[in-house]
Amino acid sequence: MPKHSRRLLRGIGLVAALALGATACGGSDDDGSSDKKVGSADISAALKKGGTVTVWAWDPTVKTVAAQFEKKYPNVTVKVVNAGTGNDQYKALTNAISAKKGVPDVAQIEYYAIGQYALTKGVTDLKAYGAGKLDGTYSPGPWNSVQSGGGIYGLPMDSGPMALFYNKKVFDKYKIAVPTTWEEYVEAGRTLHKANPKAYITSDVGDAGLTTSLLWQAGSRPYKVDGTKVGIDFSDAGAKKYTDTWQQLIDEKLVAPVTGWTDDWYKGLGDGTIATLPTGAWMPGNFTTGVKNASGDWRVAPMPQWTKGENKSAENGGSSLAMPSLAKNKELAYAFTEFTAAGAGVQTRIDGGAFPATTKDLNSRKFQDTEFPYFGGQKANKIFADSAKAVPSDWKYLPYQVYANSIFNDTVGKAYISGTKLTAGLTSWQDASVKYGNEQGFTVEK
Amino acid sequence: MTGSTGTTATRPAAPPKQAAPRLRTPRRPYSPSRPRRSVLLTVLTAVVLVYSLLPLLWLVLSATKSQEGLSRSFGLWFDRDIDLWHNITETFTYQDGVFLRWLLNTLMYVVVGAGGATLLAVLGGYALAKFDFPGKRAVFAVVIGAVAVPTTALAVPTFLMFSKIGLTDTPWAVIIPSLISPFGLYLMWVFATEAIPTELMEAARIDGASELRTFFQVALPLLAPGTVTVLLFTTVATWNNYFLPLIMLKDPDWYPLTLGLDAWNKQAQTAGGEAVFNLVVTGSLLTIVPLVAAFLSLQKYWQSGLSAGSVKE
Repeated sequence: MPKHSRRLLRGIGLVAALALGATACGGSDDDGSSDKKVGSADISAALKKGGTVTVWAWDPTVKTVAAQFEKKYPNVTVKVVNAGTGNDQYKALTNAISAKKGVPDVAQIEYYAIGQYALTKGVTDLKAYGAGKLDGTYSPGPWNSVQSGGGIYGLPMDSGPMALFYNKKVFDKYKIAVPTTWEEYVEAGRTLHKANPKAYITSDVGDAGLTTSLLWQAGSRPYKVDGTKVGIDFSDAGAKKYTDTWQQLIDEKLVAPVTGWTDDWYKGLGDGTIATLPTGAWMPGNFTTGVKNASGDWRVAPMPQWTKGENKSAENGGSSLAMPSLAKNKELAYAFTEFTAAGAGVQTRIDGGAFPATTKDLNSRKFQDTEFPYFGGQKANKIFADSAKAVPSDWKYLPYQVYANSIFNDTVGKAYISGTKLTAGLTSWQDASVKYGNEQGFTVEK
Repeated sequence: MTGSTGTTATRPAAPPKQAAPRLRTPRRPYSPSRPRRSVLLTVLTAVVLVYSLLPLLWLVLSATKSQEGLSRSFGLWFDRDIDLWHNITETFTYQDGVFLRWLLNTLMYVVVGAGGATLLAVLGGYALAKFDFPGKRAVFAVVIGAVAVPTTALAVPTFLMFSKIGLTDTPWAVIIPSLISPFGLYLMWVFATEAIPTELMEAARIDGASELRTFFQVALPLLAPGTVTVLLFTTVATWNNYFLPLIMLKDPDWYPLTLGLDAWNKQAQTAGGEAVFNLVVTGSLLTIVPLVAAFLSLQKYWQSGLSAGSVKE
């Protein structure tokens, strides 16, 4: 009992990963998963019988899909609960798993976070439900992200192949060419900031998601994961490319000191003081609702390359639907997951503004020919789809990336506010991540 | 809040009864009916006043702006379009009118939680002030100790307890902890000691009134100012409660306004999420309106309550 309540206490703690780590080393007496095979006959029988599926998702389109699903299977009720976004939801989920109470049947989990739930068996291996046959359905980045140790722990719901969003009006005004390499990007930043000291090429105050994505694109592979054996190393050539370039932007104060996703940030995107945004393909929706007044100013371009003439991209963000091991209605939960991530729900979500991870939709004429009035009628999906293809699939996140990201600003983030260099920041991030991993029972090597 | 500052600042000083001898004015001793004026203090007060009113002004002005207007206009002046009415209707209709649901939830938490807390504080405070029983000193120690413990520190243990008995994610998880207000109890205790003359209770008893009747007909009216004070404190605490519902509730259908507005605000931080800053701002303005109304309407009771017992008659 005391062991149980201690674990419970940890679970409530502010770091979601804590409890999962404790479970990892403390043996898994609460492993609710069973590896029995569930055939499609079982699933159809369950659909006929009906029941309730509780889904934790913050993505607004999931609600629409749920209604669609209920219409198709009248005996099933899908209860979509927004239990918070990203980290908040992971805390809630971890707490619920620790308390073994109130665990949803399906949960939206971002790619960077799914590893830790997979490793601790917090989520079900969907192979037993036939997810293996979906091999080839998804673009390589997301599909690789939901797999771990031979299991499939979620179905990719959306993806974020990166592109460079840029304010064409600003670029035209100062006669700046759209950069095709990061070198040109820095140069564009200099030109812009010189012409208008209030304008910046982009904003950055240190963002773990952006940094890991840029490392991914630069060819760096800092994380090696093999079960509980983990390697962390930020000293490869790719990491050097990133730090060299980004250090110039920081040193010359070419990036706006504006925190992403705040109202100031939305304001900067709207008034032209933040001129570009290298980010995931899900961004158009946020532009349309959050930066209405700049409609028509922005365009999409392929990501600048680290080496001229290359064509490499990376994923930024994106999430999957996973089934917690303690879920009750697993057959129904899987049916809904597949419906949303691979079935009819995909089109519904695309119509709602989501960016798919399914290759069929990414390559479809209709999808690629969609004109974005916000981007002056540009067929932006073509660029995004090409980017999805150019994502190297061998990237790995840490099994405790949620924790690692939470200390990013205390380590790498220092480079943005004091004279610390990015390289030094990465080294201290590495040290802190190694230390934490070892404390949590992983075998971590630098 | 701002209400009390406003009245004290604007209340005119009573005119002096007779003309003071002008020759000796500079060294007059201080008297409340004829306050000494100080430019420095006036300026400082003005600065503080502006400092505390600016956020409110910003809130009122921003509530008149659309999402676009918020980012294109100066924070402390109007945008070219006034969208206040549109914002208000949008706030109440967005996401199937969930704002109204949050408002009703909050009202429920306040009526049941704060109302119950006040009732318990009045009953307990009266009993502790007017009856002698063994262990009273122990109760005193416990209450004083409880006042010192911040509710935030209790949130996690409370969560664990409620999780054990299966009440998390239900309104009870917010209401039951709100029912306990150690500070309210302490305040009522002190207030009842001063406000109810023991002789009056004895007189009622001699006249044949039961203990219940003595309480309801003699004590309760005398306790009214204190009750209102405690009611205000507990109402504000429950109305603004964020952390307790945050860890207790997962289902947005049971959110109070604080959590709901936070959820709307966070929407802007996700891929595919809709940025609705205008609704967050308007919703915040609508959220403080009932509190301001409560303060204004209960102000005179509240003020007399706070000063009760401070002057010996």
